Amino acid sequence: KRSSNALSTGITDIFTKRKLDDDVLEELEELLITSDIGVSTSAKITANIARTRYNKEIAPDEIKEALAEEVAAILEPVTRPFVLDESRKPHVVLVVGVNGSGKTTTIGKLAKQYADAGKKVMLAAGDTFRAAAIEQLSIWGERTGAPVMTTKVGGDAAGLAFSAYEQAKANGTDLLLIDTAGRLQNKGHLMAELEKIIRVLKKLDADAPHSSILVLDATTGQNAINQAEIFGKVCDVTGLVMTKLDGTARGGVLVAIADKFGLPVHAIGVGEGIDDLQPFAAMDFARALSGSEQP
Amino acid sequence: MREVRVALLEADVALPVVKSFIKKAKAKAVGTEVLKSINPGQMVIKVVHDQLVETLGSESQELNLIAVPPVVYMMVGLQGSGKTTSTAKIAKYLTEKQNKKVMMASLDVRRPAAQEQLRVLGEQTGITTLPIVEGQQPVEIAKRALQSARLQGFDVVMLDTAGRLHVDEQLMVEMQAVHSESAPTETLLVVDSLTGQDAVNVAQQFKERVDVTGIVMTRIDGDGRGGAALSMREITGCPIKLLGTGEKLDELEVFHPDRIANRILGMGDVVSLVEKA
Ligand SMILES: Nc1nc2c(ncn2[C@@H]2O[C@H](COP(=O)(O)OP(=O)(O)OP(=O)(O)O)[C@@H](O)[C@H]2O)c(=O)[nH]1
Ligand SMILES: Nc1nc2c(ncn2[C@@H]2O[C@H](COP(=O)(O)OP(=O)(O)OP(=O)(O)O)[C@@H](O)[C@H]2O)c(=O)[nH]1
Ligand SMILES: [Mg+2]
Ligand SMILES: [Mg+2]
Repeated sequence: KRSSNALSTGITDIFTKRKLDDDVLEELEELLITSDIGVSTSAKITANIARTRYNKEIAPDEIKEALAEEVAAILEPVTRPFVLDESRKPHVVLVVGVNGSGKTTTIGKLAKQYADAGKKVMLAAGDTFRAAAIEQLSIWGERTGAPVMTTKVGGDAAGLAFSAYEQAKANGTDLLLIDTAGRLQNKGHLMAELEKIIRVLKKLDADAPHSSILVLDATTGQNAINQAEIFGKVCDVTGLVMTKLDGTARGGVLVAIADKFGLPVHAIGVGEGIDDLQPFAAMDFARALSGSEQP
Repeated sequence: MREVRVALLEADVALPVVKSFIKKAKAKAVGTEVLKSINPGQMVIKVVHDQLVETLGSESQELNLIAVPPVVYMMVGLQGSGKTTSTAKIAKYLTEKQNKKVMMASLDVRRPAAQEQLRVLGEQTGITTLPIVEGQQPVEIAKRALQSARLQGFDVVMLDTAGRLHVDEQLMVEMQAVHSESAPTETLLVVDSLTGQDAVNVAQQFKERVDVTGIVMTRIDGDGRGGAALSMREITGCPIKLLGTGEKLDELEVFHPDRIANRILGMGDVVSLVEKA
């Protein structure tokens, strides 16, 4: 479902079996930049490619594969699927991110996967701010058969998280997914609210939340690096999900983030539908990014 | 200029736009050679800055209300870019600042609770929303909105649409159908200011499908460098009309090219870079 045509044709254009000289390397670097990898990571990757292949004749397929391998080498160490910790009952997952990145939808998709696997899933509508955010999560609850804990509009998200946790504990829930309002990472007071949710959850279990998932939008450019850094600090992000990879954005900034922070990547969103969440696979992602087809 | 190129790329200006921009700025810099002896670093900054402001559009752009009422505004864009929120912000602005009688209608039959979201925003702002009819499709809703606005003497009808990817053929066709049915005076492309290189694809595709008349950039309250503004402007030629500066419904501002230019240049950074050069 993912597309990577732009970069793919780009590479074919420059590489009709040519010597890998400075001009070609520069073009290659530029093609990486158009995937949002960023200037410095692009330079690093092309330098790696040049190290062994400089001034050698190289075919388009080879260069794409080499590129994919370089990218995958950065992503391999952070490829880590989300694993439900059965011993927790419930495993508490806090889902965070900037506005509109796809948090609520991702929660719906995750709920579906675990409900299908026979797990008892509960949702908590911690976005008490945005209009109809509670209704939106409630519809995902209906779709997946997961009960949804809510409070009134404008209510205290931390208080809601606490009581959802209590209830989930009491009724043997396996997985509690807590939705939060979107917030920009540069807004101190909103980030403090997240800290409060975490603090309150810790009253029930010092290890809670057991996971904090940061949802990143693939169309976002270099700002995603700031997002990963600040959310990472404030709520000890344990893993990333990147959404909207069904478009033409290739989410290259994930490579820069992997390189910088080493945060695990769990899954990717490839559509608005309930089944449009796929486990993150480093080589697939790298191939889609470099335009290299699976042989 | 190498530093400027990197600065622009790091600000998320799309590569093709960076290239054409640098070319133009270079030509300008050569033309202003006379001043070079005074302070070369400052001069590069000034040339680049002025060029940015010029490209972004130095003229302030008002929303067009000149049409036989009800004047139709249609909001389009990717998923989650801020269309629904911006719809309510603009409706509130037109109501309170321009004394217009505005109706809002949600054509989003896809995202869970999308129509409900606009209804709640209507309640919060005291702006009429078209009653929700379960199961009705976007083109039908648009027709009903126009008809009802005509009958009730509304000045403006705002059509909020579902988020869609520019590669989703079915939804792009649906958007065109709504557009030709409602003949909007303004078709506003709502774009997240945090958007990266993909801004060019998005702008190109939306512009090709519907006659985009203006751009609304959201999340200016973030710490993004906002390079997408330059990409969007350059690719579509459409003016950036408004900025979303927060989640609240009065957080809407007119576009200031100067402010965005400074942000894109990360003013501090570039000044120091060029001084070194
Ligand atoms: N194409 C596509 N759209 C997606 C994907 N994930 C989410 N969306 C859409 O993106 C929009 C925003 O998603 P939400 O789940 O509401 O995002 P959110 O982060 O909860 O938003 P806020 O709560 O407002 O901050 C919706 O229209 C979703 O349908 C994806 O993987 N692909
Ligand atoms: N910080 C900030 N948040 C904004 C701004 N504009 C919109 N938002 C938030 O962004 C999120 C998505 O906004 P919506 O208006 O629902 O976006 P949409 O384009 O209608 O989304 P879909 O209908 O799902 O495609 C919400 O959480 C809004 O509160 C803005 O200018 N600044
Ligand atoms: Mg949400
Ligand atoms: Mg909407």
